[in-house]
Amino acid sequence: MTVPTKTTPARSVRSRSVRSTTAPTETALGLSESRSAGGRILKAVVHLLVLIVFAGPLLALLVSAFGHVKDPTQLSVVPSGITLDNFGIAFDQGVLTYLLNSFFVVGFGLLLQVAVSVLAGYALARKVFRGMTLVLVAILATLMLPEEILALPLSLILSDLPVLHFNLIGTLAGMIVPLGAWGFSILVMTEFMRDVPRELEEAARIDGAGDLRIFFQIILPMCKPALGVIGVFGFTMIWDQYLLPLLVSVDASSYTLPLALRTLRIDPDVTPGVVMAAALLALLPSVIVFLLFQRSFVSGLSSGALKG
Amino acid sequence: MSLDQADPAALPAAGPATRPAGADGSRKRGRRSGRWWTPWLFLAPALLLFLYFKFIPMVSALTMSFQDVQPYLGNKWVGTENYATVLQSLGFREAAWHTVVLAAGQTAGSMALGLALALLMEGQSRRLGFVRSAAFLPVVVPIAVVAELWRIMYHPTEDGMLNSILGLVGFGPSGFINDPDSSMASIMVTGIWRGAPYDMMIFLAGLTGVDRGLYEAAKVDGASRWQRVRYVTVPGLRSVFSILFILAAIRGLRVFTEVFLLTNGGPNGSTEVVMTLIYKLGLEQNRLGVGAAGAVLLFVATLILTVVVQLLRRRESK
Repeated sequence: MTVPTKTTPARSVRSRSVRSTTAPTETALGLSESRSAGGRILKAVVHLLVLIVFAGPLLALLVSAFGHVKDPTQLSVVPSGITLDNFGIAFDQGVLTYLLNSFFVVGFGLLLQVAVSVLAGYALARKVFRGMTLVLVAILATLMLPEEILALPLSLILSDLPVLHFNLIGTLAGMIVPLGAWGFSILVMTEFMRDVPRELEEAARIDGAGDLRIFFQIILPMCKPALGVIGVFGFTMIWDQYLLPLLVSVDASSYTLPLALRTLRIDPDVTPGVVMAAALLALLPSVIVFLLFQRSFVSGLSSGALKG
Repeated sequence: MSLDQADPAALPAAGPATRPAGADGSRKRGRRSGRWWTPWLFLAPALLLFLYFKFIPMVSALTMSFQDVQPYLGNKWVGTENYATVLQSLGFREAAWHTVVLAAGQTAGSMALGLALALLMEGQSRRLGFVRSAAFLPVVVPIAVVAELWRIMYHPTEDGMLNSILGLVGFGPSGFINDPDSSMASIMVTGIWRGAPYDMMIFLAGLTGVDRGLYEAAKVDGASRWQRVRYVTVPGLRSVFSILFILAAIRGLRVFTEVFLLTNGGPNGSTEVVMTLIYKLGLEQNRLGVGAAGAVLLFVATLILTVVVQLLRRRESK
């Protein structure tokens, strides 16, 4: 291999790019080409290291949740006998209630969020009306607004909703309703619904179908991939909520599982094994959803993030 | 299980998500076919929820920041007194500094590690897909679980998990989150552990958009691996860098849950960040007006950051 005196400017090589289709697996570092023993070992070491660093702690969590950890300091990757004791103690501490609370919040929260998003997406994608730009700007603005900043006023508003005068503090509804409208989901739906061919809609209109029918029978069935994306992201977003449940709950009866982890840890009678058992229950749903819907997740992640 | 790299088609869509549709002539027929209020009916749930839980809170954060807030007693207008209190308090200034340090460290750390991971694990093989999926797991684990897990790993005695690993390579036990000298770095490491795989995934999506022909050309011209990355890959990822920077920096400025659960600002205030301070001011000490002023300042900081980065991007692309 000859050492170049200077890297060639990128422009001069455009003409050759046609040939590149023959090697679609070309990567930046070109690691996949190295067939030598040294290269292979290096790759294996790198992969192992990545696994240890990023999956290792989660493995330790798994092992301690099923292990006999009495010592409050220890987490171990090596199992020392499998037991369900930790889960038993966790359930005695009310973890089942917290888990059900979490499921209730994520179930109804997601239902509301998806319904709100498809309705709004339909209007924004399939209609032209005065004030539409304003609505879009407003939705973008909500995305730029970190929810943490609204924590204090939100806690006051939830205790006495303007005009309606409901008090949602201490209720699970208080953790659900504020998440009902999410700009990300609405924008994903809008973007996707724009691409549904107009001819379909017009044919239906000529046949006398109204907006509701067009919405339910034509547009919605064609939006399944987008529904997958907003479903997965909505689930993860709601399941990961911490500050909102913290603001809303007043006692243990309305705790979600993530909130309850802290109370469990503070309890002097509870060993880390029990906390890890509860933590395992808290992480399983989102990990399962991620593994099942990886494709939606990754495509939504990159398109969503790159739209910024 | 394998984590496919996102299709490159997602990348060209990186422009604004919301181009106004007015220019499209065919849309006009859609307008005639319905009544004027039909779209508003479909939008009503979203707009009502936004109004209640985004816009009203935003306005009330602004008004609260100029008031002495006393629930049930009535608020008193105090002008800019809350802002003066916040800006003059040593606690807030320290918290602001901690927040900036943490945000900068986490952003830089996650992006550097994320890019390294993406470069090392770009490719199509099954094993790579598996390793990528496993590496991505920390991102989907709820933040509360991450914090509780790392709390145990950071146990300050010699037989704590990370300390026993440190012991193997000959370093003394560290206090981690319990020692004011290492608490901030410990939170940063936890944040990078969760942030780097996310950045990796975005970088991987960006890498699929880099022109393959350029790699081949670089090879033909005899460029070394390092030169190829430096002069072909990194310039090709420019827009990904700025987007990740904004996302990570904003995520860093608003940090709350990790800090609240790992240290709650301690030991000795060494990890107090703006959001944990606001939480304490508002909900524990009931000084809602002062807390709101702090929140508004935090908002202004994120806004300035976003606008500056966007301006820089626009100037660069011209």
